[in-house]
Amino acid sequence: MSATAHTAASAPAVGATRFSFGRMLEVGAAWLLAFLWLLPLIYAFWSAFHPSEYATRFDILAPLTLDNFREAWSQAPFARYYLNTFMMVTSILVVQFILCTLAAYAFARFEFRGRDIAFGLVLVQLMIMPEVLIVENYRTMSELHLVDTITGIGLPYMASAFGIFLLRQTFKTIPKELEDAARVEGCGPIQILWKVYVPLAKPTYIAYGLVSVSYHWNNFLWPLVITNSQTTRPLTVGLAIFSAPESGVDWSIITAGTLLAVAPLLVAFLLFQRQFVQSFMHAGIK
Amino acid sequence: MTSARNIKNQVYGWLLLTPAAILLVTFTHYPAIATLAQSFFSTGTVTRPSKFIGLDNYRSMLEDEVFWQVLENNIWYAVGTIPISIAIALLMAVWVNEKLPLRGLVRMSYFTPTILPMIAVANIWLFFYTPEIGLLDQVGALFGAPSHNWLGDTDTVLGCIIAITIWKEAGFFMIFYLAALQTLPPELEEAAKLEGASRWTFFRRVTFPLLMPTTLFVLINAVINSFKLVDQLFILTKGGPDNASSLLLYYIYENAFSFFDQNYASTLTVVLLLALAVIAIGQFVILDKRIHYR
Repeated sequence: MSATAHTAASAPAVGATRFSFGRMLEVGAAWLLAFLWLLPLIYAFWSAFHPSEYATRFDILAPLTLDNFREAWSQAPFARYYLNTFMMVTSILVVQFILCTLAAYAFARFEFRGRDIAFGLVLVQLMIMPEVLIVENYRTMSELHLVDTITGIGLPYMASAFGIFLLRQTFKTIPKELEDAARVEGCGPIQILWKVYVPLAKPTYIAYGLVSVSYHWNNFLWPLVITNSQTTRPLTVGLAIFSAPESGVDWSIITAGTLLAVAPLLVAFLLFQRQFVQSFMHAGIK
Repeated sequence: MTSARNIKNQVYGWLLLTPAAILLVTFTHYPAIATLAQSFFSTGTVTRPSKFIGLDNYRSMLEDEVFWQVLENNIWYAVGTIPISIAIALLMAVWVNEKLPLRGLVRMSYFTPTILPMIAVANIWLFFYTPEIGLLDQVGALFGAPSHNWLGDTDTVLGCIIAITIWKEAGFFMIFYLAALQTLPPELEEAAKLEGASRWTFFRRVTFPLLMPTTLFVLINAVINSFKLVDQLFILTKGGPDNASSLLLYYIYENAFSFFDQNYASTLTVVLLLALAVIAIGQFVILDKRIHYR
Protein backbone atom coordinates (compact mmCIF):
# COMPACT_ATOMS: atom_id res chain seq x y z
CA MET A 1 0.00 0.00 0.00
CA SER A 2 2.59 2.55 1.05
CA ALA A 3 4.78 1.51 -1.89
CA THR A 4 2.05 2.63 -4.29
CA ALA A 5 1.82 5.89 -2.44
CA HIS A 6 5.53 6.58 -2.88
CA THR A 7 5.62 5.81 -6.59
CA ALA A 8 2.31 7.41 -7.49
CA ALA A 9 2.93 10.55 -9.50
CA SER A 10 -0.36 12.33 -9.19
CA ALA A 11 -1.26 14.12 -5.98
CA PRO A 12 -4.88 12.87 -5.66
CA ALA A 13 -3.66 9.24 -5.62
CA VAL A 14 -1.38 10.04 -2.66
CA GLY A 15 -4.24 11.69 -0.87
CA ALA A 16 -6.55 8.78 -1.54
CA THR A 17 -4.04 6.23 -0.25
CA ARG A 18 -3.28 8.22 2.84
CA PHE A 19 -6.97 8.56 3.45
CA SER A 20 -7.57 4.85 3.20
CA PHE A 21 -4.63 4.15 5.51
CA GLY A 22 -6.06 6.54 8.06
CA ARG A 23 -9.38 4.90 7.52
CA MET A 24 -7.91 1.47 8.25
CA LEU A 25 -6.40 2.81 11.46
CA GLU A 26 -9.77 4.17 12.43
CA VAL A 27 -11.60 0.94 11.72
CA GLY A 28 -8.94 -0.90 13.69
CA ALA A 29 -9.36 1.48 16.63
CA ALA A 30 -13.14 1.12 16.54
CA TRP A 31 -12.80 -2.65 16.58
CA LEU A 32 -10.22 -2.60 19.36
CA LEU A 33 -12.51 -0.47 21.50
CA ALA A 34 -15.41 -2.82 20.77
CA PHE A 35 -13.25 -5.76 21.82
CA LEU A 36 -12.21 -4.03 25.04
CA TRP A 37 -15.83 -3.19 25.81
CA LEU A 38 -16.87 -6.79 25.30
CA LEU A 39 -13.87 -8.27 27.10
CA PRO A 40 -15.44 -8.58 30.58
CA LEU A 41 -18.34 -10.51 29.09
CA ILE A 42 -16.04 -12.68 26.98
CA TYR A 43 -14.03 -13.50 30.06
CA ALA A 44 -17.17 -14.31 32.06
CA PHE A 45 -18.22 -16.78 29.38
CA TRP A 46 -14.75 -18.32 29.26
CA SER A 47 -14.53 -18.84 32.97
CA ALA A 48 -18.12 -19.99 33.46
CA PHE A 49 -18.00 -22.68 30.78
CA HIS A 50 -14.61 -24.16 31.72
CA PRO A 51 -13.39 -26.15 34.75
CA SER A 52 -11.98 -23.90 37.46
CA GLU A 53 -8.33 -24.78 36.75
CA TYR A 54 -8.76 -22.92 33.45
CA ALA A 55 -10.33 -19.85 35.05
CA THR A 56 -7.13 -17.88 34.72
CA ARG A 57 -5.34 -19.97 32.11
CA PHE A 58 -6.30 -19.49 28.50
CA ASP A 59 -6.02 -22.64 26.45
CA ILE A 60 -8.08 -23.13 23.30
CA LEU A 61 -8.29 -26.86 23.98
CA ALA A 62 -9.68 -26.52 27.50
CA PRO A 63 -12.69 -28.82 27.98
CA LEU A 64 -16.16 -27.26 28.17
CA THR A 65 -18.45 -27.89 31.12
CA LEU A 66 -21.77 -26.85 32.66
CA ASP A 67 -20.77 -27.87 36.18
CA ASN A 68 -20.19 -24.28 37.30
CA PHE A 69 -23.78 -23.38 36.52
CA ARG A 70 -25.02 -26.44 38.35
CA GLU A 71 -22.87 -25.54 41.38
CA ALA A 72 -23.96 -21.89 41.38
CA TRP A 73 -27.60 -22.86 41.08
CA SER A 74 -27.34 -25.25 44.04
CA GLN A 75 -25.31 -22.93 46.28
CA ALA A 76 -27.69 -19.96 46.16
CA PRO A 77 -31.48 -19.77 45.81
CA PHE A 78 -31.35 -18.30 42.30
CA ALA A 79 -34.86 -19.49 41.46
CA ARG A 80 -36.21 -17.47 44.37
CA TYR A 81 -34.10 -14.43 43.40
CA TYR A 82 -35.46 -14.62 39.85
CA LEU A 83 -38.99 -14.72 41.18
CA ASN A 84 -38.36 -11.75 43.50
CA THR A 85 -36.77 -9.66 40.77
CA PHE A 86 -39.55 -10.56 38.38
CA MET A 87 -42.28 -9.62 40.84
CA MET A 88 -40.54 -6.40 41.79
CA VAL A 89 -39.89 -5.30 38.19
CA THR A 90 -43.42 -6.07 36.98
CA SER A 91 -45.18 -4.49 39.97
CA ILE A 92 -43.10 -1.33 39.57
CA LEU A 93 -43.80 -1.19 35.84
CA VAL A 94 -47.56 -1.71 36.13
CA VAL A 95 -48.01 0.92 38.84
CA GLN A 96 -45.65 3.32 37.05
CA PHE A 97 -47.70 3.04 33.88
CA ILE A 98 -50.93 3.81 35.71
CA LEU A 99 -49.71 6.64 37.94
CA CYS A 100 -47.56 8.31 35.30
CA THR A 101 -50.31 8.12 32.68
CA LEU A 102 -52.83 9.82 34.98
CA ALA A 103 -50.41 12.51 36.11
CA ALA A 104 -49.09 13.14 32.60
CA TYR A 105 -52.65 13.47 31.30
CA ALA A 106 -53.39 16.04 34.02
CA PHE A 107 -50.30 18.07 33.11
CA ALA A 108 -50.82 17.82 29.35
CA ARG A 109 -54.56 18.52 29.03
CA PHE A 110 -56.03 20.10 32.13
CA GLU A 111 -55.65 23.65 33.29
CA PHE A 112 -55.75 23.73 37.04
CA ARG A 113 -54.40 26.12 39.60
CA GLY A 114 -50.82 25.41 40.65
CA ARG A 115 -50.10 23.21 37.65
CA ASP A 116 -46.75 24.73 36.78
CA ILE A 117 -45.51 24.68 40.36
CA ALA A 118 -46.68 21.07 40.74
CA PHE A 119 -44.83 20.13 37.55
CA GLY A 120 -41.69 21.81 38.83
CA LEU A 121 -41.98 19.84 42.08
CA VAL A 122 -42.34 16.60 40.10
CA LEU A 123 -39.16 17.35 38.17
CA VAL A 124 -37.22 17.62 41.45
CA GLN A 125 -37.16 13.81 41.45
CA LEU A 126 -35.05 13.81 38.28
CA MET A 127 -32.23 15.29 40.37
CA ILE A 128 -32.91 13.73 43.77
CA MET A 129 -33.48 10.07 43.04
CA PRO A 130 -34.80 7.84 45.85
CA GLU A 131 -31.40 6.15 46.30
CA VAL A 132 -29.92 9.44 47.50
CA LEU A 133 -32.43 9.54 50.36
CA ILE A 134 -31.87 6.00 51.66
CA VAL A 135 -31.65 7.06 55.29
CA GLU A 136 -35.00 8.81 55.55
CA ASN A 137 -36.78 6.46 53.16
CA TYR A 138 -35.68 3.53 55.30
CA ARG A 139 -37.15 5.26 58.34
CA THR A 140 -40.44 5.83 56.50
CA MET A 141 -40.58 2.22 55.35
CA SER A 142 -40.08 0.90 58.86
CA GLU A 143 -42.89 3.13 60.09
CA LEU A 144 -45.11 1.74 57.33
CA HIS A 145 -43.96 -1.82 58.24
CA LEU A 146 -42.74 -2.32 54.68
CA VAL A 147 -39.12 -3.22 55.43
CA ASP A 148 -38.19 -6.49 53.76
CA THR A 149 -41.14 -6.55 51.36
CA ILE A 150 -41.26 -6.41 47.57
CA THR A 151 -43.62 -3.43 47.87
CA GLY A 152 -41.01 -1.69 49.99
CA ILE A 153 -38.41 -2.03 47.23
CA GLY A 154 -40.74 -0.67 44.59
CA LEU A 155 -42.78 2.02 46.32
CA PRO A 156 -40.29 4.92 46.16
CA TYR A 157 -39.93 4.45 42.40
CA MET A 158 -43.56 4.03 41.44
CA ALA A 159 -44.36 7.70 40.89
CA SER A 160 -41.59 8.37 38.41
CA ALA A 161 -40.85 11.95 37.39
CA PHE A 162 -39.12 10.63 34.30
CA GLY A 163 -42.21 8.66 33.24
CA ILE A 164 -44.54 11.58 33.90
CA PHE A 165 -42.30 13.92 31.93
CA LEU A 166 -41.94 11.53 28.99
CA LEU A 167 -45.66 10.79 28.72
CA ARG A 168 -46.60 14.45 29.12
CA GLN A 169 -44.36 15.35 26.17
CA THR A 170 -45.97 12.62 24.08
CA PHE A 171 -49.55 13.52 25.05
CA LYS A 172 -48.89 17.14 24.12
CA THR A 173 -48.07 16.17 20.54
CA ILE A 174 -51.43 14.43 20.06
CA PRO A 175 -53.80 16.72 18.09
CA LYS A 176 -56.66 18.14 20.15
CA GLU A 177 -59.10 17.45 17.29
CA LEU A 178 -58.97 13.74 18.13
CA GLU A 179 -60.00 14.51 21.67
CA ASP A 180 -62.81 16.79 20.48
CA ALA A 181 -64.10 14.10 18.14
CA ALA A 182 -64.20 11.61 21.00
CA ARG A 183 -66.00 14.11 23.20
CA VAL A 184 -68.66 14.65 20.53
CA GLU A 185 -69.25 10.92 20.60
CA GLY A 186 -69.92 11.22 24.31
CA CYS A 187 -66.64 10.06 25.85
CA GLY A 188 -65.69 11.31 29.32
CA PRO A 189 -62.13 12.35 30.26
CA ILE A 190 -61.09 8.85 31.37
CA GLN A 191 -62.51 7.23 28.23
CA ILE A 192 -60.71 9.83 26.10
CA LEU A 193 -57.46 9.01 27.89
CA TRP A 194 -57.99 5.29 27.41
CA LYS A 195 -59.22 5.37 23.79
CA VAL A 196 -57.25 8.27 22.31
CA TYR A 197 -54.11 9.08 24.27
CA VAL A 198 -52.90 5.70 25.51
CA PRO A 199 -53.06 3.89 22.12
CA LEU A 200 -51.28 6.74 20.35
CA ALA A 201 -48.50 6.84 22.93
CA LYS A 202 -47.62 3.16 22.50
CA PRO A 203 -44.02 3.77 21.33
CA THR A 204 -43.38 5.88 24.41
CA TYR A 205 -44.76 3.16 26.66
CA ILE A 206 -42.47 0.59 25.06
CA ALA A 207 -39.46 2.88 25.33
CA TYR A 208 -40.17 3.83 28.92
CA GLY A 209 -40.98 0.22 29.81
CA LEU A 210 -37.64 -1.07 28.54
CA VAL A 211 -35.70 1.66 30.33
CA SER A 212 -37.62 1.04 33.55
CA VAL A 213 -37.22 -2.75 33.43
CA SER A 214 -33.48 -2.57 32.81
CA TYR A 215 -33.07 0.07 35.52
CA HIS A 216 -34.87 -1.91 38.20
CA TRP A 217 -33.48 -5.28 37.16
CA ASN A 218 -30.02 -3.78 37.76
CA ASN A 219 -30.78 -1.59 40.77
CA PHE A 220 -28.79 -2.45 43.87
CA LEU A 221 -28.35 0.09 46.66
CA TRP A 222 -31.95 0.62 47.74
CA PRO A 223 -32.90 -3.09 47.48
CA LEU A 224 -29.80 -3.90 49.54
CA VAL A 225 -30.87 -1.49 52.27
CA ILE A 226 -34.52 -2.46 52.42
CA THR A 227 -34.33 -6.27 52.15
CA ASN A 228 -32.90 -8.70 54.66
CA SER A 229 -34.18 -12.13 53.77
CA GLN A 230 -34.14 -14.62 50.95
CA THR A 231 -37.84 -14.22 50.26
CA THR A 232 -37.49 -10.61 49.14
CA ARG A 233 -33.93 -10.19 47.88
CA PRO A 234 -33.65 -9.46 44.16
CA LEU A 235 -30.96 -11.00 41.94
CA THR A 236 -28.49 -8.14 42.31
CA VAL A 237 -28.48 -8.32 46.11
CA GLY A 238 -28.45 -12.11 46.07
CA LEU A 239 -25.51 -12.10 43.69
CA ALA A 240 -23.55 -9.66 45.86
CA ILE A 241 -23.97 -11.95 48.87
CA PHE A 242 -23.19 -15.04 46.83
CA SER A 243 -19.95 -13.61 45.45
CA ALA A 244 -18.70 -11.92 48.64
CA PRO A 245 -15.13 -13.09 49.36
CA GLU A 246 -16.27 -14.36 52.78
CA SER A 247 -18.41 -16.97 51.07
CA GLY A 248 -15.25 -18.56 49.63
CA VAL A 249 -16.79 -19.54 46.31
CA ASP A 250 -14.33 -19.91 43.44
CA TRP A 251 -14.05 -17.78 40.32
CA SER A 252 -15.69 -20.07 37.84
CA ILE A 253 -18.77 -20.50 39.98
CA ILE A 254 -19.03 -16.77 40.65
CA THR A 255 -18.88 -15.97 36.95
CA ALA A 256 -21.47 -18.67 36.29
CA GLY A 257 -23.72 -17.08 38.92
CA THR A 258 -23.07 -13.67 37.40
CA LEU A 259 -24.14 -14.91 33.98
CA LEU A 260 -27.25 -16.46 35.51
CA ALA A 261 -28.17 -13.10 36.99
CA VAL A 262 -27.72 -11.15 33.77
CA ALA A 263 -28.94 -13.81 31.33
CA PRO A 264 -32.63 -12.84 30.90
CA LEU A 265 -31.86 -9.19 30.25
CA LEU A 266 -28.84 -10.00 28.08
CA VAL A 267 -30.77 -12.46 25.92
CA ALA A 268 -33.65 -10.01 25.56
CA PHE A 269 -31.17 -7.33 24.55
CA LEU A 270 -29.48 -9.52 21.95
CA LEU A 271 -32.84 -10.51 20.46
CA PHE A 272 -34.36 -7.03 20.41
CA GLN A 273 -31.19 -4.99 20.07
CA ARG A 274 -32.63 -2.40 17.72
CA GLN A 275 -35.69 -1.91 19.90
CA PHE A 276 -33.53 -1.45 23.00
CA VAL A 277 -31.21 1.07 21.41
CA GLN A 278 -34.10 3.01 19.90
CA SER A 279 -35.98 2.99 23.19
CA PHE A 280 -33.06 4.43 25.11
CA MET A 281 -32.67 7.04 22.36
CA HIS A 282 -36.37 7.86 22.35
CA ALA A 283 -36.40 8.21 26.13
CA GLY A 284 -33.27 10.33 26.11
CA ILE A 285 -34.07 13.00 23.55
CA LYS A 286 -37.59 13.89 24.64
CA MET B 1 -70.72 27.23 31.05
CA THR B 2 -67.10 28.34 30.97
CA SER B 3 -66.84 28.51 34.74
CA ALA B 4 -68.45 25.07 35.13
CA ARG B 5 -65.90 23.76 32.64
CA ASN B 6 -63.16 25.51 34.53
CA ILE B 7 -64.13 23.96 37.87
CA LYS B 8 -64.33 20.56 36.23
CA ASN B 9 -60.83 21.08 34.87
CA GLN B 10 -59.53 21.99 38.31
CA VAL B 11 -61.08 18.96 39.95
CA TYR B 12 -60.05 16.50 37.26
CA GLY B 13 -56.52 17.87 37.08
CA TRP B 14 -55.91 17.45 40.77
CA LEU B 15 -57.70 14.10 41.00
CA LEU B 16 -55.53 12.65 38.23
CA LEU B 17 -52.40 14.02 39.83
CA THR B 18 -53.13 12.97 43.42
CA PRO B 19 -51.95 9.32 43.45
CA ALA B 20 -48.57 10.17 41.93
CA ALA B 21 -48.28 13.31 44.05
CA ILE B 22 -48.78 11.38 47.31
CA LEU B 23 -45.95 8.98 46.48
CA LEU B 24 -43.65 11.72 45.22
CA VAL B 25 -44.13 13.81 48.32
CA THR B 26 -43.69 10.80 50.62
CA PHE B 27 -40.47 9.54 49.03
CA THR B 28 -38.82 12.64 47.57
CA HIS B 29 -39.94 15.94 49.11
CA TYR B 30 -40.69 14.83 52.64
CA PRO B 31 -37.45 12.82 53.09
CA ALA B 32 -35.38 15.68 51.64
CA ILE B 33 -36.78 18.04 54.26
CA ALA B 34 -36.66 15.41 57.01
CA THR B 35 -32.99 14.81 56.21
CA LEU B 36 -32.25 18.47 56.83
CA ALA B 37 -34.24 18.40 60.08
CA GLN B 38 -32.58 15.20 61.31
CA SER B 39 -29.13 16.66 60.73
CA PHE B 40 -29.75 18.94 63.75
CA PHE B 41 -30.51 16.01 66.06
CA SER B 42 -28.33 13.39 67.69
CA THR B 43 -28.79 9.71 66.88
CA GLY B 44 -30.97 8.15 69.53
CA THR B 45 -30.07 4.95 71.37
CA VAL B 46 -32.08 2.80 73.75
CA THR B 47 -30.80 4.66 76.79
CA ARG B 48 -30.42 8.13 75.26
CA PRO B 49 -33.23 9.37 73.04
CA SER B 50 -32.46 11.60 70.06
CA LYS B 51 -32.23 15.27 71.01
CA PHE B 52 -31.68 18.63 69.36
CA ILE B 53 -27.98 19.44 69.17
CA GLY B 54 -27.92 22.35 66.74
CA LEU B 55 -24.91 22.33 64.47
CA ASP B 56 -22.95 19.68 66.39
CA ASN B 57 -23.28 17.12 63.60
CA TYR B 58 -21.89 19.63 61.14
CA ARG B 59 -19.05 20.47 63.50
CA SER B 60 -18.05 16.82 63.81
CA MET B 61 -18.39 16.45 60.02
CA LEU B 62 -15.91 19.27 59.47
CA GLU B 63 -13.56 17.58 61.91
CA ASP B 64 -14.05 14.15 60.34
CA GLU B 65 -10.97 13.39 58.27
CA VAL B 66 -12.73 10.56 56.49
CA PHE B 67 -15.41 12.98 55.30
CA TRP B 68 -12.83 15.25 53.70
CA GLN B 69 -11.09 12.32 52.12
CA VAL B 70 -14.35 10.94 50.74
CA LEU B 71 -15.23 14.36 49.36
CA GLU B 72 -11.83 14.64 47.71
CA ASN B 73 -12.20 11.12 46.29
CA ASN B 74 -15.58 12.05 44.91
CA ILE B 75 -14.15 15.11 43.18
CA TRP B 76 -11.37 13.04 41.60
CA TYR B 77 -13.95 10.44 40.66
CA ALA B 78 -15.96 13.13 38.87
CA VAL B 79 -12.88 14.66 37.22
CA GLY B 80 -11.74 11.21 36.10
CA THR B 81 -15.01 9.85 34.78
CA ILE B 82 -16.87 12.81 33.26
CA PRO B 83 -14.57 14.11 30.47
CA ILE B 84 -13.21 10.71 29.46
CA SER B 85 -16.56 8.95 29.26
CA ILE B 86 -18.03 11.84 27.26
CA ALA B 87 -15.07 11.87 24.86
CA ILE B 88 -15.24 8.10 24.35
CA ALA B 89 -19.02 8.28 23.90
CA LEU B 90 -18.62 10.90 21.20
CA LEU B 91 -15.92 8.89 19.44
CA MET B 92 -18.09 5.77 19.56
CA ALA B 93 -21.08 7.62 18.15
CA VAL B 94 -19.07 9.09 15.26
CA TRP B 95 -17.66 5.64 14.42
CA VAL B 96 -20.96 3.82 14.62
CA ASN B 97 -22.71 6.53 12.63
CA GLU B 98 -20.55 6.14 9.52
CA LYS B 99 -19.94 3.17 7.26
CA LEU B 100 -17.94 0.68 9.26
CA PRO B 101 -17.38 -3.03 8.67
CA LEU B 102 -19.26 -5.08 11.30
CA ARG B 103 -21.04 -1.92 12.44
CA GLY B 104 -23.93 -3.78 14.10
CA LEU B 105 -21.58 -5.88 16.20
CA VAL B 106 -19.48 -2.88 17.18
CA ARG B 107 -22.54 -0.89 18.24
CA MET B 108 -23.78 -3.82 20.28
CA SER B 109 -20.42 -4.15 22.05
CA TYR B 110 -20.40 -0.48 22.98
CA PHE B 111 -23.93 -0.57 24.30
CA THR B 112 -23.90 -3.89 26.20
CA PRO B 113 -22.42 -2.56 29.48
CA THR B 114 -25.45 -0.25 29.80
CA ILE B 115 -27.89 -3.09 30.32
CA LEU B 116 -25.69 -5.16 32.66
CA PRO B 117 -26.01 -4.63 36.42
CA MET B 118 -23.00 -2.84 37.89
CA ILE B 119 -22.89 -5.35 40.71
CA ALA B 120 -22.50 -8.23 38.23
CA VAL B 121 -19.85 -6.61 36.08
CA ALA B 122 -17.89 -5.62 39.17
CA ASN B 123 -17.52 -9.36 39.84
CA ILE B 124 -15.89 -9.78 36.47
CA TRP B 125 -13.69 -6.70 36.75
CA LEU B 126 -12.53 -7.96 40.11
CA PHE B 127 -10.78 -10.70 38.20
CA PHE B 128 -9.05 -8.20 35.91
CA TYR B 129 -7.55 -6.44 38.92
CA THR B 130 -6.54 -9.53 40.93
CA PRO B 131 -2.76 -9.61 41.53
CA GLU B 132 -0.69 -12.23 39.65
CA ILE B 133 -3.50 -14.29 38.14
CA GLY B 134 -5.65 -11.32 37.06
CA LEU B 135 -5.83 -10.35 33.41
CA LEU B 136 -4.12 -7.00 33.93
CA ASP B 137 -1.13 -8.65 35.58
CA GLN B 138 -1.04 -11.48 33.07
CA VAL B 139 -0.89 -9.01 30.19
CA GLY B 140 1.62 -6.92 32.12
CA ALA B 141 3.80 -9.99 32.65
CA LEU B 142 4.06 -10.46 28.88
CA PHE B 143 5.81 -7.09 28.79
CA GLY B 144 7.88 -7.86 31.88
CA ALA B 145 5.89 -5.63 34.25
CA PRO B 146 5.94 -6.69 37.91
CA SER B 147 2.74 -7.87 39.58
CA HIS B 148 0.70 -5.18 41.27
CA ASN B 149 -2.11 -5.22 43.81
CA TRP B 150 -4.30 -2.78 41.91
CA LEU B 151 -7.18 -2.62 44.37
CA GLY B 152 -4.98 -2.91 47.46
CA ASP B 153 -2.85 0.12 46.68
CA THR B 154 -4.16 3.53 47.73
CA ASP B 155 -2.53 5.09 44.65
CA THR B 156 -4.24 2.93 42.05
CA VAL B 157 -7.54 1.91 43.62
CA LEU B 158 -9.53 5.01 42.66
CA GLY B 159 -8.24 4.77 39.09
CA CYS B 160 -9.58 1.20 38.94
CA ILE B 161 -13.01 2.38 40.11
CA ILE B 162 -12.93 5.20 37.55
CA ALA B 163 -12.08 2.77 34.72
CA ILE B 164 -15.04 0.50 35.40
CA THR B 165 -17.39 3.50 35.60
CA ILE B 166 -16.19 4.88 32.26
CA TRP B 167 -16.67 1.45 30.72
CA LYS B 168 -20.18 1.26 32.15
CA GLU B 169 -21.52 4.67 31.13
CA ALA B 170 -19.77 5.53 27.83
CA GLY B 171 -22.03 3.32 25.72
CA PHE B 172 -25.10 4.83 27.35
CA PHE B 173 -23.96 8.37 26.51
CA MET B 174 -23.09 7.21 22.98
CA ILE B 175 -26.79 6.62 22.32
CA PHE B 176 -27.63 10.29 22.82
CA TYR B 177 -24.85 11.43 20.51
CA LEU B 178 -25.92 8.89 17.95
CA ALA B 179 -29.50 10.18 18.06
CA ALA B 180 -28.23 13.74 17.61
CA LEU B 181 -25.84 12.83 14.77
CA GLN B 182 -28.66 11.21 12.86
CA THR B 183 -30.62 14.47 12.86
CA LEU B 184 -27.77 16.47 11.26
CA PRO B 185 -28.49 17.16 7.58
CA PRO B 186 -26.10 15.24 5.28
CA GLU B 187 -25.79 18.30 3.02
CA LEU B 188 -23.50 19.86 5.60
CA GLU B 189 -20.87 17.21 5.08
CA GLU B 190 -21.19 17.38 1.28
CA ALA B 191 -20.76 21.14 1.38
CA ALA B 192 -17.70 20.80 3.59
CA LYS B 193 -16.21 18.25 1.18
CA LEU B 194 -16.72 20.62 -1.74
CA GLU B 195 -14.94 23.31 0.25
CA GLY B 196 -12.09 20.85 0.78
CA ALA B 197 -12.37 20.79 4.57
CA SER B 198 -10.70 17.83 6.27
CA ARG B 199 -12.78 15.51 8.40
CA TRP B 200 -11.19 16.83 11.55
CA THR B 201 -11.93 20.45 10.59
CA PHE B 202 -15.48 19.50 9.74
CA PHE B 203 -15.89 17.78 13.07
CA ARG B 204 -14.33 20.64 15.06
CA ARG B 205 -16.08 23.49 13.25
CA VAL B 206 -19.44 21.97 12.34
CA THR B 207 -20.37 18.70 14.06
CA PHE B 208 -19.11 19.41 17.56
CA PRO B 209 -20.77 22.84 17.92
CA LEU B 210 -24.03 21.42 16.59
CA LEU B 211 -23.86 18.64 19.20
CA MET B 212 -23.49 21.15 22.04
CA PRO B 213 -27.04 20.66 23.45
CA THR B 214 -26.43 16.91 23.57
CA THR B 215 -23.08 17.43 25.26
CA LEU B 216 -24.76 19.52 27.95
CA PHE B 217 -27.43 16.90 28.50
CA VAL B 218 -24.83 14.14 28.74
CA LEU B 219 -22.65 16.30 30.97
CA ILE B 220 -25.43 16.76 33.50
CA ASN B 221 -26.10 13.03 33.51
CA ALA B 222 -22.42 12.30 33.98
CA VAL B 223 -22.17 14.72 36.90
CA ILE B 224 -25.20 13.15 38.61
CA ASN B 225 -23.72 9.70 38.00
CA SER B 226 -20.49 10.70 39.69
CA PHE B 227 -22.46 11.11 42.91
CA LYS B 228 -24.81 8.18 42.37
CA LEU B 229 -22.78 5.28 40.93
CA VAL B 230 -21.30 3.52 43.92
CA ASP B 231 -22.52 -0.09 43.47
CA GLN B 232 -19.12 -1.31 42.29
CA LEU B 233 -17.55 -0.36 45.63
CA PHE B 234 -19.59 -3.03 47.41
CA ILE B 235 -17.87 -5.75 45.37
CA LEU B 236 -14.47 -4.32 44.56
CA THR B 237 -13.18 -2.44 47.59
CA LYS B 238 -15.80 -1.62 50.23
CA GLY B 239 -14.33 1.86 50.13
CA GLY B 240 -10.85 0.68 51.12
CA PRO B 241 -7.96 0.43 51.50
CA ASP B 242 -7.93 3.20 54.12
CA ASN B 243 -11.02 4.84 52.56
CA ALA B 244 -8.95 5.56 49.45
CA SER B 245 -11.84 4.57 47.17
CA SER B 246 -14.82 5.57 49.32
CA LEU B 247 -17.35 7.95 47.78
CA LEU B 248 -19.92 10.21 49.44
CA LEU B 249 -23.00 8.03 48.88
CA TYR B 250 -21.10 4.93 50.00
CA TYR B 251 -19.95 6.72 53.15
CA ILE B 252 -23.57 7.72 53.82
CA TYR B 253 -24.60 4.09 53.49
CA GLU B 254 -21.82 2.98 55.83
CA ASN B 255 -22.76 5.51 58.49
CA ALA B 256 -26.44 4.71 58.36
CA PHE B 257 -26.39 0.94 58.02
CA SER B 258 -22.99 -0.27 59.29
CA PHE B 259 -22.18 2.27 62.02
CA PHE B 260 -25.90 2.92 62.77
CA ASP B 261 -25.38 6.65 63.08
CA GLN B 262 -28.42 7.72 61.05
CA ASN B 263 -28.28 11.37 62.02
CA TYR B 264 -24.67 11.76 60.97
CA ALA B 265 -25.65 10.02 57.72
CA SER B 266 -28.42 12.62 57.35
CA THR B 267 -25.86 15.38 57.81
CA LEU B 268 -23.73 13.86 55.04
CA THR B 269 -26.84 13.52 52.87
CA VAL B 270 -27.42 17.26 53.23
CA VAL B 271 -24.01 17.80 51.59
CA LEU B 272 -25.00 15.46 48.76
CA LEU B 273 -28.33 17.26 48.33
CA LEU B 274 -26.50 20.59 48.22
CA ALA B 275 -24.22 19.27 45.49
CA LEU B 276 -27.22 18.10 43.47
CA ALA B 277 -28.93 21.47 43.99
CA VAL B 278 -25.85 23.26 42.66
CA ILE B 279 -25.94 21.01 39.58
CA ALA B 280 -29.63 21.77 39.09
CA ILE B 281 -29.05 25.51 39.33
CA GLY B 282 -26.07 25.25 37.00
CA GLN B 283 -28.26 23.42 34.51
CA PHE B 284 -30.83 26.24 34.54
CA VAL B 285 -28.19 28.90 34.07
CA ILE B 286 -26.58 27.05 31.16
CA LEU B 287 -29.92 26.30 29.51
CA ASP B 288 -30.89 29.95 29.91
CA LYS B 289 -27.71 31.07 28.16
CA ARG B 290 -28.31 28.68 25.33
CA ILE B 291 -31.71 30.19 24.67
CA HIS B 292 -30.21 33.70 24.61
CA TYR B 293 -27.63 32.70 22.03
CA ARG B 294 -30.28 31.39 19.68
